[in-house]
Amino acid sequence: MGNRLRWLSAALVVGLAAAGCTGGGDGSGGGNGYPREETLYTTGTQWGPPSTWNPIMSGSYTTGVVGYIYEPLFLYDPQQQEYIPWLAESEEWIDDSTYEVSLREGVTWSDGEAFTAEDVVFTYELAQFETVPYHNVWDYLENVEAVDEHTARFEFNDELRHQEFAYYTYSNPIVPEHLWRDRSEEQVTTGANEDPVGTGPYLYEDHSEDRQIYAKNEDWWATDALDLEVQPNYVVDIVNSSNDVTNRLLDQGDVDVSNNFLPGVDQKIQNNPNISSYYDEPPYMLSANTAWLVPNTTREPLDDPAFRKALAASIDIQKIIDGPYSNLVQAADPSGLLPVWEDYIDQELVDEHGFSYDPGEAESLLADAGYEDTDGDGMVETPDGDPVELTLMVPSGWTDWMEAARIISENAQAVGINLVEEFPDQAAMEDQRNAGEFDLVINNERQISNTPWTYYDYMFQLPVQEQQTTVNFARYENEEAWELTKELAQTPVEDKQAMQDTISEIQRIQLEEMPIIPLWYNGLWSQYNTQTWTNFPTSADDTPHHLPTTWRNYAQLGSVLMLTELEPAGG
Amino acid sequence: MRRYLARKILIYALTFVAAVSINWLIPRLMPGDPVRTMLGRGSAGDPETMQQMRDYYESVFGLDEPAWQQYINFWTSLFQGDLGISVWLFPRPVSEILLAAVPYTLALLLPSILLSWIAGNRFGAFAARSKWLDNTVLPLGYILTATPYMWLGILLAWGLGVVAGWFPTAGAYGFGTIPGWNWTFIWDLFLHWFLPFASLFLVAFGGWAIGMRNLIIYELEAEYSTYLEALGAPRKLVRRYAFRNAVLPQMTGLAVQLGTIVAGALLTEIVFGYPGLGNLILQALNNRDFFLLQGAFLFIVIGVLIANFIVDVIYVLVDPRTRTQMQGSAA
Repeated sequence: MGNRLRWLSAALVVGLAAAGCTGGGDGSGGGNGYPREETLYTTGTQWGPPSTWNPIMSGSYTTGVVGYIYEPLFLYDPQQQEYIPWLAESEEWIDDSTYEVSLREGVTWSDGEAFTAEDVVFTYELAQFETVPYHNVWDYLENVEAVDEHTARFEFNDELRHQEFAYYTYSNPIVPEHLWRDRSEEQVTTGANEDPVGTGPYLYEDHSEDRQIYAKNEDWWATDALDLEVQPNYVVDIVNSSNDVTNRLLDQGDVDVSNNFLPGVDQKIQNNPNISSYYDEPPYMLSANTAWLVPNTTREPLDDPAFRKALAASIDIQKIIDGPYSNLVQAADPSGLLPVWEDYIDQELVDEHGFSYDPGEAESLLADAGYEDTDGDGMVETPDGDPVELTLMVPSGWTDWMEAARIISENAQAVGINLVEEFPDQAAMEDQRNAGEFDLVINNERQISNTPWTYYDYMFQLPVQEQQTTVNFARYENEEAWELTKELAQTPVEDKQAMQDTISEIQRIQLEEMPIIPLWYNGLWSQYNTQTWTNFPTSADDTPHHLPTTWRNYAQLGSVLMLTELEPAGG
Repeated sequence: MRRYLARKILIYALTFVAAVSINWLIPRLMPGDPVRTMLGRGSAGDPETMQQMRDYYESVFGLDEPAWQQYINFWTSLFQGDLGISVWLFPRPVSEILLAAVPYTLALLLPSILLSWIAGNRFGAFAARSKWLDNTVLPLGYILTATPYMWLGILLAWGLGVVAGWFPTAGAYGFGTIPGWNWTFIWDLFLHWFLPFASLFLVAFGGWAIGMRNLIIYELEAEYSTYLEALGAPRKLVRRYAFRNAVLPQMTGLAVQLGTIVAGALLTEIVFGYPGLGNLILQALNNRDFFLLQGAFLFIVIGVLIANFIVDVIYVLVDPRTRTQMQGSAA
């Protein structure tokens, strides 16, 4: 048997080695690995093996493709609320419908070709393919052309949606015309783009099923132009498999930045000197999006604003924050606007119409609107005498949301609203949500951005379709609110006063009608192990304040700048 | 022998067709919409763009055709070795994703099944004739075999990984390691392999050892053993006969085990973040990736059928009674 064993283990090792080698690693890291002190290990974005490096596929490209490899014209810093010129050096509105960007000189693609205005023109023209996600820019874009090598001019029709266009200038990366011009629609929208060539601070190095590796681009334009240099020579992004795995890697110092929601991480931040986060006290994390309680406004009694307001007043948000979230999140403002949009919150309106946890108030709101317990079962009936039986669905396995749903239904029952929680699996829940076959769900699909318009678009978009796949899950129909939202979309981003005025009008409708109920601000989950790298973004004055995340579509929000500020812990 | 094999092959072929058909059907009966899941990640704001993207991707995946056509297409491309494109890992072909994961799963499964079978049987047989071992080590076997794979995996990861620091606890090789044909890499690979292997091995080992110990005791008390002993045959000979008889049911058990252990590997791979089939299956399920799920199950079905077939054949070779029966039925 001894021989047999030896033979087996030899075969095993060969088999494993063959499997490992198919990644095709001819890396230039030297020795047998990437030196620990030159490498940043991240995790928290990629939930499966990397499969596409196509920056046009904005929801599925592998971590870092935009930000590390491909870059947009501008970055947007949501905390300072400013656009940071990136591939564009400056912008100018020549008149109401003509916009010019001046591009940086001396920027090259990683294959050595120069980056020019033709690349910008080409990238926008790509969106004429109907299956490109930002195709709707051509609803209001008439023409885009290169004025000279470093100037691109955009001409718009009078449907111009300023807020949306500004969003595209930072969220969509520019791709090289010389490599992409011959690609078919299918290649553009479904190709894997396995050999990505960009302008960014890193180059594609290697990948395998559970990781993604980048090597520093020594010729990055920003080093000369902006005196910026990314510090890690290598970035290794690890594919998430579970919270447990991430927890162990973080504890062992094998991961430097984890952007996962790790329940109980507050204990670690307090007790382990190597683990830290943005704030050193609750809520520990910045806020990334608002979690909403979404009622189906086409169903009785959720179609009644008074009932929705009573439901809102019944919810003890603090109990959710103290309980399932152990203070890792903050209660949302009644307007639902994120802290970075504080300026747009109309405080007077909120004071007048806002809601807070007040079971007594909830009960009297119900009574005033005619909801009474007529059959004596302790739960209210509708004014017509029909029983109220509501279900709150959250995906099974989302433990924090499941706990929150339990608390919400308990709270509602305490004021006489018969609400029970239900945990279908995620896909089933999404099916029902999109088709409008639900009473209540929790949702947080819109992220922090350059404008609250993205939130109002999410709340009020009309017309309501048979399937609501991304917005207005509440199926709330209010022409006035949607008109105001469109008006906001067309307000120039520089005109803060006009934005504020329109937003106030929207807020009045929102607070009076309560189409969806803001619950809490979901965190920008981020925890660092500082054994190898230091100077991560924190709220302290002497550290940077960039968004500390590797999440997709966040590099454009300035999070890529985090990498330029890191310092080796050793020296 | 030939008729026996022909009959077996026919049965296996029918099982295969049925399994593949069920395999095709089940994901389509599940709730959820893979294309919508995929587009949700893209989050195009505008409903019209969304609809266009949706129509387009449905045609890419062939989901716009009637179900019977999809079923025929499935078989046609299956015979061409084409398992379709993954929705979750779009645009990678399913076969490529599976080929990348299968070596890791095999590297965990084959050694743990075979080694635990060999070691478990030896140990069980040994324990059966030693009071001391029987009383001390066998209870351990009961505990091991009753332990869920995942639980043992977590214990090992914490104990030997995080606390003792002897073994890495995630991945197939160090996240900073560059794969290559050198000893450092192979050693690294081995270190990452060891804990997931050990958790599978230990659980299975406990089961085999208990089974073998009970069987051996039963055989040693059987009349032929008493008779042999009465004839004055050496104890060693008696034990060898007992062992040969006891190993037969264990072989059937092995065939069954080959089918069920995939579930164990699934949990183990998740605990250790090991990039094998188990991880893929779970994710494919969560992401409603029909094509990847089908591909993964197809692989398992084929694996189990082949393993059972091999055991069937071996059975004929080692158990003379099967041969006699076959001749009997042939006559």
